[in-house]
Amino acid sequence: MSTTAMSAGTEALRAEGIVKTFGRITALNGVSMHVARGEMLGILGDNGAGKSTLMKILTGYHQPTSGQVFVNGAPVDLGSVDQARAFGIECVYQDLALVNGLSIYHNLFLNREILRRGPFRLLDHRTMRRRAQAALEDIGVTVASVDLEVGALSGGQRQAIAVARAVASNARILLLDEPLAAMGAREAGLIIDLIERLKARGDIAIVMIAHNYAQTLEICDRVMLMQHGEVTYESHAAETSPAELLEIVRREYRAARAG
Amino acid sequence: MDHTASAGGSANAGPRRGIAGRLHAFLLRPEASVIVVAVVLVIYFQFANANFLTDANLQTVSQFIAAPVIIACGEIMLLICREIDLSVGQVFALAPFVMERAAHAGAPVVLAIVAALAVCALIGFVIGLITIRLKVPSFITTLGMLFLITGVTLTISRGFPADTPGGPLLTNIMGNWGYAEIVWALGVVLVMHIVLRDTRWGLHTIATGGNVIAAAEAGININRIRMGNFILTSTLGGFAGLLEAFRIGSTDPLAGGSNIMFLGVASGVIGGTAIAGGAGTIVGGLVGGIVLGVLQDGFTLQGINAFTFDIIIGAAILLAMVANIHLARLRGAGQA
Repeated sequence: MSTTAMSAGTEALRAEGIVKTFGRITALNGVSMHVARGEMLGILGDNGAGKSTLMKILTGYHQPTSGQVFVNGAPVDLGSVDQARAFGIECVYQDLALVNGLSIYHNLFLNREILRRGPFRLLDHRTMRRRAQAALEDIGVTVASVDLEVGALSGGQRQAIAVARAVASNARILLLDEPLAAMGAREAGLIIDLIERLKARGDIAIVMIAHNYAQTLEICDRVMLMQHGEVTYESHAAETSPAELLEIVRREYRAARAG
Repeated sequence: MDHTASAGGSANAGPRRGIAGRLHAFLLRPEASVIVVAVVLVIYFQFANANFLTDANLQTVSQFIAAPVIIACGEIMLLICREIDLSVGQVFALAPFVMERAAHAGAPVVLAIVAALAVCALIGFVIGLITIRLKVPSFITTLGMLFLITGVTLTISRGFPADTPGGPLLTNIMGNWGYAEIVWALGVVLVMHIVLRDTRWGLHTIATGGNVIAAAEAGININRIRMGNFILTSTLGGFAGLLEAFRIGSTDPLAGGSNIMFLGVASGVIGGTAIAGGAGTIVGGLVGGIVLGVLQDGFTLQGINAFTFDIIIGAAILLAMVANIHLARLRGAGQA
Protein backbone atom coordinates (compact mmCIF):
# COMPACT_ATOMS: atom_id res chain seq x y z
CA MET A 1 0.00 0.00 0.00
CA SER A 2 1.24 3.46 -0.83
CA THR A 3 1.96 5.79 2.03
CA THR A 4 0.84 8.96 0.27
CA ALA A 5 -1.10 11.36 2.41
CA MET A 6 -4.54 9.95 3.02
CA SER A 7 -6.31 12.88 4.54
CA ALA A 8 -9.89 13.05 5.66
CA GLY A 9 -12.38 14.00 2.99
CA THR A 10 -10.63 12.35 0.05
CA GLU A 11 -12.59 9.63 -1.68
CA ALA A 12 -11.75 6.11 -0.48
CA LEU A 13 -14.30 3.89 -2.19
CA ARG A 14 -16.64 4.38 -5.13
CA ALA A 15 -18.90 2.00 -7.01
CA GLU A 16 -20.58 2.96 -10.27
CA GLY A 17 -23.49 1.34 -12.08
CA ILE A 18 -23.20 -1.97 -10.25
CA VAL A 19 -25.50 -4.62 -11.73
CA LYS A 20 -25.66 -8.10 -10.27
CA THR A 21 -27.89 -10.84 -11.61
CA PHE A 22 -28.28 -14.36 -10.28
CA GLY A 23 -29.79 -16.28 -13.19
CA ARG A 24 -33.04 -14.44 -14.01
CA ILE A 25 -33.09 -12.50 -10.75
CA THR A 26 -31.64 -8.99 -10.74
CA ALA A 27 -30.33 -8.34 -7.23
CA LEU A 28 -28.68 -4.99 -8.04
CA ASN A 29 -29.87 -2.79 -10.90
CA GLY A 30 -27.28 -0.06 -11.46
CA VAL A 31 -26.25 0.92 -7.94
CA SER A 32 -23.73 3.72 -7.36
CA MET A 33 -22.23 4.79 -4.06
CA HIS A 34 -19.16 6.52 -2.69
CA VAL A 35 -17.58 7.16 0.70
CA ALA A 36 -14.65 9.34 1.80
CA ARG A 37 -12.03 8.97 4.51
CA GLY A 38 -13.35 10.07 7.88
CA GLU A 39 -16.89 9.73 6.56
CA MET A 40 -19.59 7.24 7.42
CA LEU A 41 -22.23 6.11 4.97
CA GLY A 42 -25.35 4.28 6.16
CA ILE A 43 -27.17 1.94 3.79
CA LEU A 44 -30.79 1.40 4.80
CA GLY A 45 -33.37 -0.90 3.30
CA ASP A 46 -35.58 -3.88 3.93
CA ASN A 47 -34.57 -7.49 3.55
CA GLY A 48 -34.07 -8.31 -0.10
CA ALA A 49 -33.35 -4.70 -1.07
CA GLY A 50 -29.85 -5.67 -2.22
CA LYS A 51 -27.81 -4.29 0.69
CA SER A 52 -26.07 -7.57 1.41
CA THR A 53 -25.38 -8.26 -2.26
CA LEU A 54 -23.75 -4.82 -2.58
CA MET A 55 -21.69 -5.51 0.54
CA LYS A 56 -20.56 -8.86 -0.86
CA ILE A 57 -19.45 -7.20 -4.09
CA LEU A 58 -17.46 -4.62 -2.12
CA THR A 59 -15.74 -7.37 -0.11
CA GLY A 60 -14.85 -9.32 -3.24
CA TYR A 61 -17.12 -12.23 -2.34
CA HIS A 62 -19.36 -11.67 -5.42
CA GLN A 63 -18.23 -10.22 -8.73
CA PRO A 64 -20.56 -7.67 -10.38
CA THR A 65 -22.27 -8.57 -13.65
CA SER A 66 -21.41 -5.05 -14.82
CA GLY A 67 -20.23 -1.83 -13.24
CA GLN A 68 -16.95 -0.70 -11.73
CA VAL A 69 -15.46 -0.35 -8.24
CA PHE A 70 -12.82 2.33 -7.52
CA VAL A 71 -10.44 2.42 -4.54
CA ASN A 72 -8.65 5.74 -3.91
CA GLY A 73 -9.92 6.89 -7.29
CA ALA A 74 -8.39 4.05 -9.28
CA PRO A 75 -10.51 1.32 -10.92
CA VAL A 76 -9.93 -2.04 -9.21
CA ASP A 77 -10.98 -5.62 -9.80
CA LEU A 78 -12.09 -7.20 -6.52
CA GLY A 79 -11.80 -10.81 -7.67
CA SER A 80 -11.72 -12.33 -4.19
CA VAL A 81 -11.99 -11.53 -0.50
CA ASP A 82 -8.19 -11.62 -0.28
CA GLN A 83 -7.83 -9.12 -3.12
CA ALA A 84 -10.34 -6.78 -1.47
CA ARG A 85 -8.36 -7.09 1.78
CA ALA A 86 -5.17 -6.17 -0.04
CA PHE A 87 -6.92 -2.89 -0.93
CA GLY A 88 -7.70 -2.34 2.76
CA ILE A 89 -11.37 -3.34 2.50
CA GLU A 90 -12.52 -5.33 5.52
CA CYS A 91 -16.03 -6.42 6.48
CA VAL A 92 -17.14 -7.10 10.05
CA TYR A 93 -20.01 -9.55 10.25
CA GLN A 94 -21.93 -9.71 13.46
CA ASP A 95 -21.21 -12.84 15.48
CA LEU A 96 -19.57 -14.61 12.57
CA ALA A 97 -16.12 -13.18 12.92
CA LEU A 98 -14.81 -14.55 16.22
CA VAL A 99 -13.98 -17.92 17.75
CA ASN A 100 -15.66 -18.05 21.15
CA GLY A 101 -13.34 -20.68 22.62
CA LEU A 102 -10.22 -18.61 21.97
CA SER A 103 -8.87 -15.68 23.96
CA ILE A 104 -9.27 -12.09 22.80
CA TYR A 105 -5.63 -11.84 21.75
CA HIS A 106 -5.75 -15.13 19.81
CA ASN A 107 -8.81 -13.85 17.97
CA LEU A 108 -7.12 -10.54 17.17
CA PHE A 109 -4.18 -12.40 15.63
CA LEU A 110 -6.05 -15.34 14.09
CA ASN A 111 -4.07 -16.51 11.04
CA ARG A 112 -1.73 -13.52 11.45
CA GLU A 113 0.03 -14.98 14.47
CA ILE A 114 3.36 -13.68 15.67
CA LEU A 115 5.92 -16.47 15.99
CA ARG A 116 8.98 -16.81 18.17
CA ARG A 117 12.39 -17.07 16.59
CA GLY A 118 13.82 -20.55 16.39
CA PRO A 119 13.34 -23.77 14.49
CA PHE A 120 9.99 -24.75 15.99
CA ARG A 121 8.03 -21.65 14.97
CA LEU A 122 6.15 -21.53 18.26
CA LEU A 123 3.54 -18.88 18.99
CA ASP A 124 4.83 -15.74 20.66
CA HIS A 125 2.00 -15.39 23.19
CA ARG A 126 3.75 -12.60 25.09
CA THR A 127 4.17 -10.28 22.09
CA MET A 128 0.66 -11.02 20.81
CA ARG A 129 -0.78 -10.20 24.25
CA ARG A 130 1.13 -6.95 24.44
CA ARG A 131 0.20 -5.86 20.90
CA ALA A 132 -3.44 -6.87 21.40
CA GLN A 133 -3.55 -4.73 24.52
CA ALA A 134 -2.04 -1.82 22.58
CA ALA A 135 -4.36 -2.28 19.59
CA LEU A 136 -7.42 -2.21 21.86
CA GLU A 137 -6.19 0.82 23.80
CA ASP A 138 -5.45 2.51 20.48
CA ILE A 139 -9.14 2.53 19.58
CA GLY A 140 -10.30 2.95 23.16
CA VAL A 141 -11.71 -0.51 23.86
CA THR A 142 -11.23 -1.60 27.47
CA VAL A 143 -11.37 -5.24 28.54
CA ALA A 144 -10.39 -6.74 31.89
CA SER A 145 -7.74 -8.91 30.22
CA VAL A 146 -6.86 -9.91 26.66
CA ASP A 147 -6.61 -13.48 28.02
CA LEU A 148 -10.40 -13.68 28.44
CA GLU A 149 -12.22 -16.04 26.15
CA VAL A 150 -14.33 -14.18 23.61
CA GLY A 151 -17.30 -16.37 24.55
CA ALA A 152 -17.34 -14.75 27.99
CA LEU A 153 -17.83 -11.25 26.54
CA SER A 154 -21.08 -9.42 25.84
CA GLY A 155 -22.37 -8.92 22.29
CA GLY A 156 -21.16 -5.34 22.23
CA GLN A 157 -17.69 -6.23 23.46
CA ARG A 158 -17.45 -9.02 20.85
CA GLN A 159 -18.42 -6.59 18.12
CA ALA A 160 -15.79 -4.14 19.40
CA ILE A 161 -13.14 -6.88 19.28
CA ALA A 162 -14.17 -7.77 15.72
CA VAL A 163 -13.87 -4.10 14.67
CA ALA A 164 -10.53 -3.83 16.47
CA ARG A 165 -9.27 -6.83 14.53
CA ALA A 166 -10.25 -5.28 11.21
CA VAL A 167 -8.56 -1.99 12.14
CA ALA A 168 -5.46 -3.75 13.48
CA SER A 169 -5.14 -5.66 10.21
CA ASN A 170 -4.88 -2.27 8.48
CA ALA A 171 -8.45 -1.91 7.19
CA ARG A 172 -8.94 1.56 5.72
CA ILE A 173 -12.40 0.89 4.29
CA LEU A 174 -14.52 -0.67 6.99
CA LEU A 175 -17.80 -2.37 6.09
CA LEU A 176 -20.06 -3.03 9.08
CA ASP A 177 -22.92 -5.50 8.63
CA GLU A 178 -25.72 -4.65 11.10
CA PRO A 179 -23.27 -3.73 13.89
CA LEU A 180 -26.04 -2.64 16.26
CA ALA A 181 -28.63 -5.35 15.61
CA ALA A 182 -30.00 -7.15 18.66
CA MET A 183 -28.10 -4.90 21.07
CA GLY A 184 -29.30 -3.08 24.17
CA ALA A 185 -28.83 0.67 24.51
CA ARG A 186 -25.67 0.38 26.62
CA GLU A 187 -24.08 -2.14 24.29
CA ALA A 188 -25.01 -0.08 21.22
CA GLY A 189 -23.54 2.98 22.95
CA LEU A 190 -20.22 1.14 23.26
CA ILE A 191 -20.10 0.48 19.52
CA ILE A 192 -21.33 3.96 18.57
CA ASP A 193 -18.54 5.49 20.70
CA LEU A 194 -16.03 3.22 18.99
CA ILE A 195 -17.30 4.20 15.53
CA GLU A 196 -17.14 7.90 16.47
CA ARG A 197 -13.50 7.48 17.49
CA LEU A 198 -12.65 5.68 14.25
CA LYS A 199 -14.33 8.45 12.26
CA ALA A 200 -12.39 11.08 14.20
CA ARG A 201 -9.12 9.45 13.16
CA GLY A 202 -9.87 10.65 9.64
CA ASP A 203 -8.07 7.83 7.81
CA ILE A 204 -10.88 5.29 7.74
CA ALA A 205 -14.00 5.25 5.57
CA ILE A 206 -16.96 3.42 7.09
CA VAL A 207 -19.97 1.87 5.37
CA MET A 208 -22.71 0.51 7.61
CA ILE A 209 -25.71 -1.63 6.72
CA ALA A 210 -28.62 -1.15 9.11
CA HIS A 211 -32.34 -1.43 9.69
CA ASN A 212 -32.92 1.22 12.32
CA TYR A 213 -33.52 4.63 10.66
CA ALA A 214 -33.17 6.81 13.75
CA GLN A 215 -29.94 5.16 14.94
CA THR A 216 -28.42 5.29 11.46
CA LEU A 217 -29.24 8.97 10.95
CA GLU A 218 -27.71 9.69 14.35
CA ILE A 219 -24.29 8.22 13.65
CA CYS A 220 -23.87 8.42 9.85
CA ASP A 221 -22.88 11.46 7.81
CA ARG A 222 -24.87 10.35 4.78
CA VAL A 223 -27.56 7.75 4.22
CA MET A 224 -28.69 5.79 1.19
CA LEU A 225 -32.03 4.05 0.92
CA MET A 226 -32.10 0.86 -1.14
CA GLN A 227 -35.25 -0.77 -2.48
CA HIS A 228 -35.61 -3.66 -4.94
CA GLY A 229 -31.98 -3.46 -6.05
CA GLU A 230 -31.85 0.30 -6.63
CA VAL A 231 -30.87 3.38 -4.66
CA THR A 232 -34.17 5.24 -4.27
CA TYR A 233 -33.01 8.07 -2.00
CA GLU A 234 -29.77 9.62 -0.88
CA SER A 235 -29.21 12.44 1.57
CA HIS A 236 -26.96 13.98 4.18
CA ALA A 237 -28.09 12.66 7.52
CA ALA A 238 -28.69 16.16 8.84
CA GLU A 239 -31.07 16.98 6.00
CA THR A 240 -33.55 14.15 6.46
CA SER A 241 -35.50 12.44 9.21
CA PRO A 242 -36.77 8.96 10.06
CA ALA A 243 -40.28 10.17 9.22
CA GLU A 244 -39.21 11.29 5.77
CA LEU A 245 -37.40 8.00 5.05
CA LEU A 246 -40.40 6.02 6.23
CA GLU A 247 -42.68 8.08 3.99
CA ILE A 248 -40.46 7.33 0.95
CA VAL A 249 -40.56 3.62 1.71
CA ARG A 250 -44.37 3.71 2.09
CA ARG A 251 -44.78 5.61 -1.16
CA GLU A 252 -42.67 3.00 -2.98
CA TYR A 253 -44.78 0.19 -1.56
CA ARG A 254 -48.00 1.88 -2.62
CA ALA A 255 -46.58 2.47 -6.11
CA ALA A 256 -45.45 -1.16 -6.32
CA ARG A 257 -48.89 -2.39 -5.29
CA ALA A 258 -50.65 -0.08 -7.74
CA GLY A 259 -48.28 -1.00 -10.58
CA MET B 1 1.06 -11.20 35.02
CA ASP B 2 3.80 -8.67 34.65
CA HIS B 3 2.11 -5.80 32.88
CA THR B 4 0.35 -3.23 34.97
CA ALA B 5 -3.31 -2.45 34.59
CA SER B 6 -4.05 0.15 31.94
CA ALA B 7 -5.12 3.61 32.97
CA GLY B 8 -8.81 3.58 33.68
CA GLY B 9 -8.87 -0.21 33.84
CA SER B 10 -11.05 -1.72 36.52
CA ALA B 11 -9.27 -2.38 39.80
CA ASN B 12 -10.47 -5.92 40.42
CA ALA B 13 -9.72 -7.11 36.90
CA GLY B 14 -6.40 -8.85 37.60
CA PRO B 15 -6.12 -12.45 38.80
CA ARG B 16 -6.22 -12.98 42.56
CA ARG B 17 -2.85 -13.40 44.19
CA GLY B 18 -1.53 -15.73 46.86
CA ILE B 19 -2.17 -19.41 47.47
CA ALA B 20 -5.95 -18.98 47.57
CA GLY B 21 -5.82 -17.14 44.26
CA ARG B 22 -3.65 -19.79 42.64
CA LEU B 23 -5.95 -22.53 43.92
CA HIS B 24 -8.96 -20.63 42.59
CA ALA B 25 -7.30 -20.23 39.17
CA PHE B 26 -6.37 -23.93 39.13
CA LEU B 27 -9.88 -25.08 40.00
CA LEU B 28 -11.30 -23.04 37.12
CA ARG B 29 -9.19 -24.95 34.59
CA PRO B 30 -11.16 -27.52 32.58
CA GLU B 31 -8.96 -30.45 33.63
CA ALA B 32 -8.80 -29.50 37.32
CA SER B 33 -11.70 -31.65 38.51
CA VAL B 34 -10.18 -34.69 36.81
CA ILE B 35 -6.76 -34.10 38.36
CA VAL B 36 -8.42 -33.99 41.79
CA VAL B 37 -10.28 -37.23 41.01
CA ALA B 38 -7.04 -38.92 39.87
CA VAL B 39 -5.19 -37.96 43.07
CA VAL B 40 -8.09 -39.08 45.27
CA LEU B 41 -8.25 -42.43 43.44
CA VAL B 42 -4.51 -43.10 43.86
CA ILE B 43 -4.72 -42.30 47.60
CA TYR B 44 -7.80 -44.47 48.00
CA PHE B 45 -6.32 -47.51 46.24
CA GLN B 46 -3.03 -47.21 48.14
CA PHE B 47 -4.96 -47.28 51.44
CA ALA B 48 -7.23 -50.09 50.26
CA ASN B 49 -4.36 -52.19 48.97
CA ALA B 50 -0.72 -51.70 50.00
CA ASN B 51 0.42 -53.28 46.72
CA PHE B 52 -0.87 -50.40 44.67
CA LEU B 53 2.26 -48.23 44.73
CA THR B 54 4.74 -51.07 44.17
CA ASP B 55 7.07 -51.15 41.19
CA ALA B 56 5.36 -54.20 39.70
CA ASN B 57 1.92 -52.66 39.95
CA LEU B 58 3.03 -49.25 38.71
CA GLN B 59 4.33 -50.99 35.59
CA THR B 60 0.94 -52.62 35.13
CA VAL B 61 -0.92 -49.35 35.66
CA SER B 62 1.37 -47.55 33.25
CA GLN B 63 0.65 -50.19 30.63
CA PHE B 64 -3.10 -49.74 31.12
CA ILE B 65 -2.65 -46.02 30.65
CA ALA B 66 -0.13 -45.70 27.80
CA ALA B 67 -2.04 -46.87 24.71
CA PRO B 68 -5.33 -45.05 25.44
CA VAL B 69 -3.40 -41.85 26.18
CA ILE B 70 -1.48 -42.00 22.87
CA ILE B 71 -4.77 -42.58 21.05
CA ALA B 72 -6.42 -39.81 23.08
CA CYS B 73 -3.80 -37.32 21.81
CA GLY B 74 -5.06 -37.89 18.25
CA GLU B 75 -8.75 -38.08 19.11
CA ILE B 76 -8.56 -34.85 21.14
CA MET B 77 -7.22 -32.99 18.09
CA LEU B 78 -10.01 -34.49 15.96
CA LEU B 79 -12.73 -33.81 18.53
CA ILE B 80 -11.54 -30.20 18.84
CA CYS B 81 -11.98 -29.68 15.09
CA ARG B 82 -15.37 -31.44 15.23
CA GLU B 83 -14.33 -34.81 13.79
CA ILE B 84 -13.83 -38.28 15.23
CA ASP B 85 -12.01 -41.46 14.24
CA LEU B 86 -13.80 -44.67 15.23
CA SER B 87 -11.37 -46.88 13.30
CA VAL B 88 -8.18 -46.04 15.18
CA GLY B 89 -8.44 -49.24 17.27
CA GLN B 90 -8.40 -51.31 14.06
CA VAL B 91 -5.35 -49.40 12.79
CA PHE B 92 -3.83 -50.27 16.20
CA ALA B 93 -4.23 -53.97 15.32
CA LEU B 94 -3.19 -53.63 11.67
CA ALA B 95 0.12 -51.77 12.16
CA PRO B 96 2.03 -54.66 13.83
CA PHE B 97 1.05 -57.02 11.00
CA VAL B 98 2.23 -54.57 8.34
CA MET B 99 5.54 -54.34 10.22
CA GLU B 100 5.76 -58.11 10.65
CA ARG B 101 5.03 -58.72 6.95
CA ALA B 102 7.59 -56.06 5.91
CA ALA B 103 10.25 -57.57 8.19
CA HIS B 104 9.34 -61.05 6.96
CA ALA B 105 9.88 -59.82 3.39
CA GLY B 106 13.43 -58.79 4.36
CA ALA B 107 13.16 -55.17 5.46
CA PRO B 108 15.27 -54.10 8.47
CA VAL B 109 13.00 -53.82 11.51
CA VAL B 110 13.33 -50.03 11.82
CA LEU B 111 12.33 -49.68 8.18
CA ALA B 112 9.46 -52.12 8.76
CA ILE B 113 8.24 -49.89 11.62
CA VAL B 114 8.42 -46.83 9.39
CA ALA B 115 6.53 -48.71 6.66
CA ALA B 116 3.81 -49.67 9.15
CA LEU B 117 3.44 -46.04 10.28
CA ALA B 118 3.34 -44.91 6.63
CA VAL B 119 0.47 -47.31 5.95
CA CYS B 120 -1.37 -45.90 9.00
CA ALA B 121 -0.79 -42.36 7.75
CA LEU B 122 -2.18 -43.42 4.37
CA ILE B 123 -5.31 -44.78 6.07
CA GLY B 124 -5.73 -41.41 7.80
CA PHE B 125 -5.30 -39.72 4.43
CA VAL B 126 -8.03 -41.90 2.87
CA ILE B 127 -10.36 -41.15 5.82
CA GLY B 128 -9.68 -37.45 5.31
CA LEU B 129 -10.26 -37.68 1.57
CA ILE B 130 -13.62 -39.43 1.96
CA THR B 131 -14.71 -37.08 4.75
CA ILE B 132 -13.57 -33.81 3.18
CA ARG B 133 -13.89 -34.37 -0.58
CA LEU B 134 -16.90 -36.69 -0.62
CA LYS B 135 -18.49 -34.94 2.37
CA VAL B 136 -19.25 -38.08 4.35
CA PRO B 137 -19.38 -37.34 8.11
CA SER B 138 -16.23 -38.74 9.74
CA PHE B 139 -18.40 -40.75 12.14
CA ILE B 140 -19.67 -42.74 9.14
CA THR B 141 -16.39 -42.77 7.19
CA THR B 142 -14.51 -44.26 10.10
CA LEU B 143 -17.34 -46.64 10.97
CA GLY B 144 -16.90 -48.10 7.48
CA MET B 145 -13.11 -48.13 7.87
CA LEU B 146 -13.51 -49.93 11.20
CA PHE B 147 -14.97 -53.00 9.49
CA LEU B 148 -12.80 -52.69 6.40
CA ILE B 149 -9.52 -52.59 8.32
CA THR B 150 -10.55 -55.49 10.58
CA GLY B 151 -11.08 -57.53 7.41
CA VAL B 152 -7.71 -56.50 6.02
CA THR B 153 -5.93 -57.40 9.27
CA LEU B 154 -7.61 -60.81 9.42
CA THR B 155 -6.73 -61.42 5.77
CA ILE B 156 -3.05 -60.44 6.18
CA SER B 157 -2.69 -62.46 9.40
CA ARG B 158 -4.99 -65.30 8.29
CA GLY B 159 -6.32 -64.89 11.80
CA PHE B 160 -3.13 -66.02 13.52
CA PRO B 161 -0.78 -64.11 15.82
CA ALA B 162 2.91 -63.83 14.91
CA ASP B 163 6.14 -63.08 16.80
CA THR B 164 7.40 -59.50 16.58
CA PRO B 165 10.72 -59.14 14.74
CA GLY B 166 13.86 -57.39 16.06
CA GLY B 167 16.60 -57.84 18.66
CA PRO B 168 16.23 -57.40 22.43
CA LEU B 169 17.44 -53.78 22.51
CA LEU B 170 14.90 -52.59 19.96
CA THR B 171 12.18 -54.72 21.53
CA ASN B 172 12.88 -53.20 24.94
CA ILE B 173 12.93 -49.65 23.63
CA MET B 174 9.75 -50.22 21.65
CA GLY B 175 7.70 -51.42 24.59
CA ASN B 176 9.08 -54.56 26.24
CA TRP B 177 10.80 -52.75 29.12
CA GLY B 178 8.16 -52.23 31.81
CA TYR B 179 8.00 -48.44 31.55
CA ALA B 180 8.85 -48.08 27.84
CA GLU B 181 5.25 -47.59 26.74
CA ILE B 182 4.47 -44.91 29.29
CA VAL B 183 7.72 -43.05 28.46
CA TRP B 184 6.69 -43.01 24.80
CA ALA B 185 3.17 -41.95 25.79
CA LEU B 186 4.49 -39.07 27.92
CA GLY B 187 6.73 -38.03 25.02
CA VAL B 188 3.72 -37.96 22.69
CA VAL B 189 1.74 -36.01 25.30
CA LEU B 190 4.52 -33.43 25.68
CA VAL B 191 4.87 -32.89 21.93
CA MET B 192 1.10 -32.74 21.33
CA HIS B 193 0.62 -30.42 24.30
CA ILE B 194 3.06 -27.98 22.70
CA VAL B 195 1.47 -28.47 19.27
CA LEU B 196 -1.98 -27.64 20.63
CA ARG B 197 -1.00 -24.71 22.83
CA ASP B 198 1.98 -23.13 21.16
CA THR B 199 1.72 -23.65 17.42
CA ARG B 200 -0.42 -22.22 14.65
CA TRP B 201 -1.59 -25.77 13.92
CA GLY B 202 -3.11 -26.10 17.39
CA LEU B 203 -4.66 -22.64 17.32
CA HIS B 204 -6.15 -23.26 13.88
CA THR B 205 -7.49 -26.64 15.00
CA ILE B 206 -9.38 -24.90 17.83
CA ALA B 207 -10.59 -22.17 15.45
CA THR B 208 -11.82 -24.74 12.92
CA GLY B 209 -13.88 -26.52 15.55
CA GLY B 210 -14.93 -23.39 17.40
CA ASN B 211 -16.25 -21.36 14.46
CA VAL B 212 -15.60 -22.83 11.04
CA ILE B 213 -16.91 -19.72 9.22
CA ALA B 214 -14.68 -17.38 11.20
CA ALA B 215 -11.69 -19.69 10.64
CA ALA B 216 -12.28 -19.80 6.89
CA GLU B 217 -12.92 -16.01 6.83
CA ALA B 218 -9.56 -15.48 8.51
CA GLY B 219 -7.98 -17.45 5.67
CA ILE B 220 -7.30 -20.69 7.54
CA ASN B 221 -7.29 -23.75 5.27
CA ILE B 222 -9.75 -25.73 7.36
CA ASN B 223 -9.59 -28.84 5.15
CA ARG B 224 -5.83 -29.01 5.56
CA ILE B 225 -6.29 -28.86 9.35
CA ARG B 226 -8.88 -31.65 9.28
CA MET B 227 -6.81 -33.81 6.93
CA GLY B 228 -3.67 -33.39 9.05
CA ASN B 229 -5.47 -34.41 12.21
CA PHE B 230 -6.94 -37.53 10.56
CA ILE B 231 -3.44 -38.56 9.44
CA LEU B 232 -2.05 -37.78 12.89
CA THR B 233 -4.68 -39.87 14.68
CA SER B 234 -4.27 -42.94 12.48
CA THR B 235 -0.49 -42.73 12.76
CA LEU B 236 -0.59 -42.41 16.56
CA GLY B 237 -3.05 -45.33 16.70
CA GLY B 238 -0.67 -47.47 14.66
CA PHE B 239 2.25 -46.40 16.84
CA ALA B 240 0.39 -47.39 20.01
CA GLY B 241 -0.38 -50.75 18.38
CA LEU B 242 3.30 -51.31 17.58
CA LEU B 243 4.30 -50.55 21.19
CA GLU B 244 1.69 -52.98 22.49
CA ALA B 245 2.87 -55.73 20.11
CA PHE B 246 6.52 -55.30 21.15
CA ARG B 247 5.51 -55.34 24.82
CA ILE B 248 3.74 -58.66 24.46
CA GLY B 249 6.24 -59.96 21.91
CA SER B 250 3.59 -60.97 19.43
CA THR B 251 1.06 -59.49 17.08
CA ASP B 252 -2.63 -60.16 17.70
CA PRO B 253 -5.25 -59.71 14.95
CA LEU B 254 -7.87 -58.93 17.59
CA ALA B 255 -5.75 -56.44 19.58
CA GLY B 256 -7.10 -53.00 20.41
CA GLY B 257 -10.36 -52.68 18.54
CA SER B 258 -13.26 -50.49 19.49
CA ASN B 259 -12.44 -50.93 23.17
CA ILE B 260 -9.10 -49.12 22.98
CA MET B 261 -10.62 -46.45 20.69
CA PHE B 262 -13.37 -45.75 23.20
CA LEU B 263 -10.86 -45.64 26.05
CA GLY B 264 -8.93 -43.02 24.07
CA VAL B 265 -12.04 -40.95 23.33
CA ALA B 266 -13.22 -41.35 26.94
CA SER B 267 -9.82 -40.18 28.24
CA GLY B 268 -10.15 -37.02 26.20
CA VAL B 269 -13.77 -36.38 27.13
CA ILE B 270 -13.21 -37.07 30.84
CA GLY B 271 -10.25 -34.68 30.60
CA GLY B 272 -12.52 -31.87 29.43
CA THR B 273 -12.42 -32.07 25.62
CA ALA B 274 -15.73 -30.90 24.20
CA ILE B 275 -17.49 -33.44 21.98
CA ALA B 276 -19.02 -30.46 20.15
CA GLY B 277 -15.55 -29.18 19.27
CA GLY B 278 -13.62 -25.99 19.82
CA ALA B 279 -12.15 -26.84 23.21
CA GLY B 280 -9.90 -29.39 24.87
CA THR B 281 -6.47 -30.01 26.32
CA ILE B 282 -3.89 -32.75 25.86
CA VAL B 283 -3.03 -32.69 29.59
CA GLY B 284 -6.71 -33.34 30.31
CA GLY B 285 -6.53 -36.41 28.05
CA LEU B 286 -3.48 -37.68 29.95
CA VAL B 287 -5.21 -37.25 33.30
CA GLY B 288 -8.41 -38.80 31.91
CA GLY B 289 -6.32 -41.80 30.78
CA ILE B 290 -4.69 -42.02 34.22
CA VAL B 291 -8.11 -42.04 35.91
CA LEU B 292 -9.36 -44.85 33.68
CA GLY B 293 -6.10 -46.83 34.08
CA VAL B 294 -6.01 -46.42 37.86
CA LEU B 295 -9.68 -47.44 38.13
CA GLN B 296 -9.09 -50.52 35.98
CA ASP B 297 -5.96 -51.59 37.86
CA GLY B 298 -7.24 -50.62 41.32
CA PHE B 299 -10.45 -52.60 40.94
CA THR B 300 -8.51 -55.56 39.55
CA LEU B 301 -6.35 -55.51 42.70
CA GLN B 302 -9.51 -55.28 44.81
CA GLY B 303 -10.86 -58.34 43.05
CA ILE B 304 -13.82 -56.59 41.48
CA ASN B 305 -14.83 -58.42 38.35
CA ALA B 306 -14.80 -57.09 34.79
CA PHE B 307 -18.57 -56.72 34.55
CA THR B 308 -18.66 -54.39 37.53
CA PHE B 309 -15.71 -52.52 36.08
CA ASP B 310 -17.68 -51.52 32.98
CA ILE B 311 -20.51 -50.22 35.16
CA ILE B 312 -18.01 -48.10 37.08
CA ILE B 313 -16.32 -46.77 33.94
CA GLY B 314 -19.69 -45.80 32.53
CA ALA B 315 -20.66 -44.05 35.74
CA ALA B 316 -17.26 -42.33 35.88
CA ILE B 317 -17.67 -40.91 32.36
CA LEU B 318 -21.16 -39.64 33.18
CA LEU B 319 -20.00 -38.10 36.45
CA ALA B 320 -16.99 -36.44 34.80
CA MET B 321 -19.22 -34.95 32.12
CA VAL B 322 -21.72 -33.62 34.64
CA ALA B 323 -18.86 -32.10 36.63
CA ASN B 324 -17.31 -30.56 33.52
CA ILE B 325 -20.51 -29.01 32.25
CA HIS B 326 -21.29 -27.67 35.70
CA LEU B 327 -17.78 -26.24 36.15
CA ALA B 328 -17.91 -24.69 32.67
CA ARG B 329 -21.02 -22.81 33.72
CA LEU B 330 -19.24 -21.61 36.88
CA ARG B 331 -16.28 -20.50 34.77
CA GLY B 332 -18.55 -18.55 32.45
CA ALA B 333 -20.18 -16.87 35.43
CA GLY B 334 -16.81 -16.03 36.93
CA GLN B 335 -15.61 -14.23 33.83
CA ALA B 336 -18.65 -12.29 32.75
